[in-house]
Amino acid sequence: MTQLLVGTRKGLYVLEGETGAPFEVEARAFAGESVEYAMRDPRSGRVFASVTSAFYGPKVFYADDPTAEAWEQAAGLELPEGGDHALERIWVVVPGETDGVIYAGGDPGVLFESRDGGATFTLNRGLWEHPSRRRWQPGAGGLCLHSIVTWPGDPDRLAVAISAAGVWLTEDGGETWRSGNDGIVARYLPEDMPPEEVAFCVHCLERAPTRPERMFMQFHGGVYRSDDAGRTWNDIADGLPSDFGFPLAIDPADPDSAYIIPLVADVDRVTPEGRVRVYETRDAGQSWSARSHGLPGRDAYLTILREAFDWTGRGAELELYFGATSGTLFGSGDAGATWFEVATHLPPILSVSAGGKSGED
Amino acid sequence: MPVVHVRGPLKQLAGDRGEHVLEGESVGQLLRELERAHPSTCGWILDERGVLRRHINVFVNGERVEQDTRVEASDRVDVLPAISGGFGPR
Repeated sequence: MTQLLVGTRKGLYVLEGETGAPFEVEARAFAGESVEYAMRDPRSGRVFASVTSAFYGPKVFYADDPTAEAWEQAAGLELPEGGDHALERIWVVVPGETDGVIYAGGDPGVLFESRDGGATFTLNRGLWEHPSRRRWQPGAGGLCLHSIVTWPGDPDRLAVAISAAGVWLTEDGGETWRSGNDGIVARYLPEDMPPEEVAFCVHCLERAPTRPERMFMQFHGGVYRSDDAGRTWNDIADGLPSDFGFPLAIDPADPDSAYIIPLVADVDRVTPEGRVRVYETRDAGQSWSARSHGLPGRDAYLTILREAFDWTGRGAELELYFGATSGTLFGSGDAGATWFEVATHLPPILSVSAGGKSGED
Repeated sequence: MPVVHVRGPLKQLAGDRGEHVLEGESVGQLLRELERAHPSTCGWILDERGVLRRHINVFVNGERVEQDTRVEASDRVDVLPAISGGFGPR
């Protein structure tokens, strides 16, 4: 049995089922609200949901049982009182490497850390007060800190990605940060830009847990791999129908694996040629193969958002799930070889979570 | 003293009470006083800058007002989500 947490424009949906057949909606929470992201901390079992109310602003709630209605609001997810900025949205919530540590990333390019299992958070001052912040520019979705990748076994090493302020790396638990964008080519920036430029619109970042110096990136135009913990990046987009897209998934058992879902371009954010295809590499991006058996093959112009692709399991039993803004949710129980419809009539899907991203079920 | 009326989730957060007799000379002071009396409302009406959230409207005696509007002891203050309706939580 697999449980999925699906954030939508109209609430959180908890789906359960077996691979190969439609899942059942077991519960719905935050009806009518935008649920940007939801995830279950695999260590504690606690479920977190980022909810952005049009009226009351962004909040994160947590519960031990998402099918019950006993959600509590996490405290401390706010910017310094009396300042010039307000928190716009929490994009992602991620378990840390140390017991009880949870990270949350949001707009405007902010990182929060909890040390009590997600009940209370504090703002990471190192990133908030970084001297380059005055030059940070928002992407179309805001100044969103959307990717937080921990380093298995080393809680002090962290990489985060911000649209459009690039990759930021810390090796001292978030006290100090340096940018990690060397090798990324942004076609929307001049070639003679200064080396300190950070206006890189990273769309998604993931780390290979068994080889943590390796990371994969979906960029605004480009797909990249780093083999030196984010210091430098190499373009690996050859062989794809488009180098634009948002989400990225990996097989935690295989550091050479990555899955992406290309969209046409920034000006046309739908699946190319009216076909829904997930592209897989098993050689670290040297080659890509379409994995589309069971996915719509014609007249299908879907948009899959940044957080709407996730996985659970590993190897041959890797399960992959992604949702579209059309409200259709697809799944694979065999590492992308075949796909099935998990649900077909949900509200616009913002996020899909199938388990802990450490690769542990 | 002015009476502040809240409904829906704000009512639940404010001790499940819809009416609050609060001390203050302006709308902003009343909302801060509501936060002090019921800390669970912090961040729901005013953001961390202390600014009224964009889609929350405040009315004094039926007239839509700003955060710095002065209030009198006999005033009724309604705090409402903008353009709300339907059969949701009251």
